[in-house]
Amino acid sequence: MNRILAASLLGLSLATSSLAHAEPVKIGVITTLSGGGAGLGIDMRDAFTLAIKQSGNKDVELVIEDDAQKPELAVQIAEKMIQGDKVDLMTGIIWSNLAMAVVPNTVAQDVIYLSPNAGPSALAGANCNANYFNVAYQNDNFHEAMGQYANKDYKNAFILAPNYPAGKDALTGFKRYYKGALAGEIYTQVGQTDYAAEIAQIRASGADTVYFFLPGGMGIAFMKQYAQSGVNIPVMGPGFSFSQDVLPAIGDAALGVKNSATWSKDLDNEANKKFVEAFKAEYKRLPSIYAAQSWDTANLILAALSKASVKDKDAFRAALKAADFQSVRGKFVFNNNNHPIQNIYVREVVKEADGVLTNKIIATAFEDHKDAYAEKCSM
Amino acid sequence: MFTALLIEQLLNGLQLGVMLFLMAAGLTLIFGVMGLINLAHGSLYMIGAFACATVAAATGSFWIGLIASLAAAAGVGAIIEVAVIRRLYDRDHLDQVLATFALILILSEGARWLFGSFPLYLDIPPLLQGAVPLPGGGQYQLYRLAIIGVGIAVAVGLYLLISRTRLGMRIRAGESDREMIGALGVDIGTLYTVVFALGAALAGLAGALVGALQSVQVGMGEPVLILAFVVIVIGGIGSIKGALVGAVIVGVVDTMGRFLLPSLLALTMPASQATTIGAALASMLIYVVMALILAFRPSGLFSAQS
Repeated sequence: MNRILAASLLGLSLATSSLAHAEPVKIGVITTLSGGGAGLGIDMRDAFTLAIKQSGNKDVELVIEDDAQKPELAVQIAEKMIQGDKVDLMTGIIWSNLAMAVVPNTVAQDVIYLSPNAGPSALAGANCNANYFNVAYQNDNFHEAMGQYANKDYKNAFILAPNYPAGKDALTGFKRYYKGALAGEIYTQVGQTDYAAEIAQIRASGADTVYFFLPGGMGIAFMKQYAQSGVNIPVMGPGFSFSQDVLPAIGDAALGVKNSATWSKDLDNEANKKFVEAFKAEYKRLPSIYAAQSWDTANLILAALSKASVKDKDAFRAALKAADFQSVRGKFVFNNNNHPIQNIYVREVVKEADGVLTNKIIATAFEDHKDAYAEKCSM
Repeated sequence: MFTALLIEQLLNGLQLGVMLFLMAAGLTLIFGVMGLINLAHGSLYMIGAFACATVAAATGSFWIGLIASLAAAAGVGAIIEVAVIRRLYDRDHLDQVLATFALILILSEGARWLFGSFPLYLDIPPLLQGAVPLPGGGQYQLYRLAIIGVGIAVAVGLYLLISRTRLGMRIRAGESDREMIGALGVDIGTLYTVVFALGAALAGLAGALVGALQSVQVGMGEPVLILAFVVIVIGGIGSIKGALVGAVIVGVVDTMGRFLLPSLLALTMPASQATTIGAALASMLIYVVMALILAFRPSGLFSAQS
């Protein structure tokens, strides 16, 4: 009896899946798989391929290329994917300067681009585009949340970020909600690894807190040097500075630090539990926020594919915009500018019983937060 | 307060300088003695850092890791000298650049294959943790002081090695006339391997020392390599003294530029604009200095050839 039931269930699921995914879909993934930013891109790629694999959808074909965190390389790859591989959709870019180089030209050729991470302000306002969907966040968002949270305890903040679009969005976002004074504001070089000069300025500034946005290897270097410098001003950052990809390398110096994010491993919903378990089982490590956003991007695409054909652009865009999928972030809706409306949480770095450093949600900074540029978008 | 900040920034510049010296000394030695442009020097730096992080994680001791980094970098250096570099001495510089660039790709991918793309953890040894008070009321990280000390010790050691020992005599002879010392019965092949391994060991030492401050990851060597080339061009190619002076100039100019330029610009424009423009200007400052020095001394400050 059981066997018959199982067989008929299997037959049924095969039948429905072959109905829904009748045509092949080609997705171009450009992400950073080498150099100092590779950890982020590898989490992105791994979560994306895992989500596609778990869906059992055999019609999705991925074309994955490494951009080495170089804008000029990303542009070449994008051209090759659009002209040569004839991809239907594109995704994958981690860094905002690369997104700015690739996305405007891609969407202008009527190729739909879904951002799993970068959300530069220049693409969220007047230059929003029906072919551009940001499944992650608008760059300012995490920083706005921390600016808001900083008002509780601090009056004189020292802020620093790398000198590229996301770095500028970061400090703009922080200042939008932070009401106190600024003890200093520094832009560092992208990829910088020595922060002695900046730490000396922090020491001399008389600040009561330090807010820094330094993703990937930059954040590791900064935190290790800061912890040893003898400066005891408390630090805060967006989730990127204390994401799962960098915590093991920072070590105990990160313990107790507050940071903001739209996702955390302990976020209590079904989709998230399934995601964290699947990722851990497949890759033997904890997922980072980049992995979570990428997982959502893949599932959003899969959900839209089950409703509309990717060849019918209008119908497919509408299916994407409906965002009818189970997000690991819980509630997920697109705003008029195709950027998410979502909750932003404050997390704290903790050590779990097995000695692994990770993040735990301690507060909600914003509920159903929208970005500040949406009203300038005419969609 | 400003004096303390100034002293701290000068020390930061000095620390960056001696770290660059460790890289540049090997680079300039190899160029001076063998006439070889070694782009893979940054990869030896990376190998030192990875060896230190791996061995320190396995044994729990940074110091054993440090020895391992010297051994690993010197060992890999000797192997690639014998296997690859030896074939390049008679070729022109373009072939050398191509071959050593290939080595960068091979060693980086090899490291990624062995260790993965995520940064490794390497911490400062307990003995050197924390900060020490400075005159003027400031504080300075003890570990950075230790790096300055190591750099000075290496500079003195290299000076003694080159001016006082038989090996140093051969190195100097090799710099001035390669064929002649061969004809005099010195085993040139071994001398080259030893010099290359020595340069590699210094790069590995720099990688291990810096790895504890920054993050140990694939590709960490290339940004440092570019600065090290700036250093040897400023100092005069082939000159150890030039490498030391050039390294300290680059270290101090870079640090002071990052610190002073934004504050100077802030006097004439809004703060957030000043920080953006200041950061952009600071990042090109050392190249401006290099161009100025080359305009007045086209072969560098202490050219070995002149």
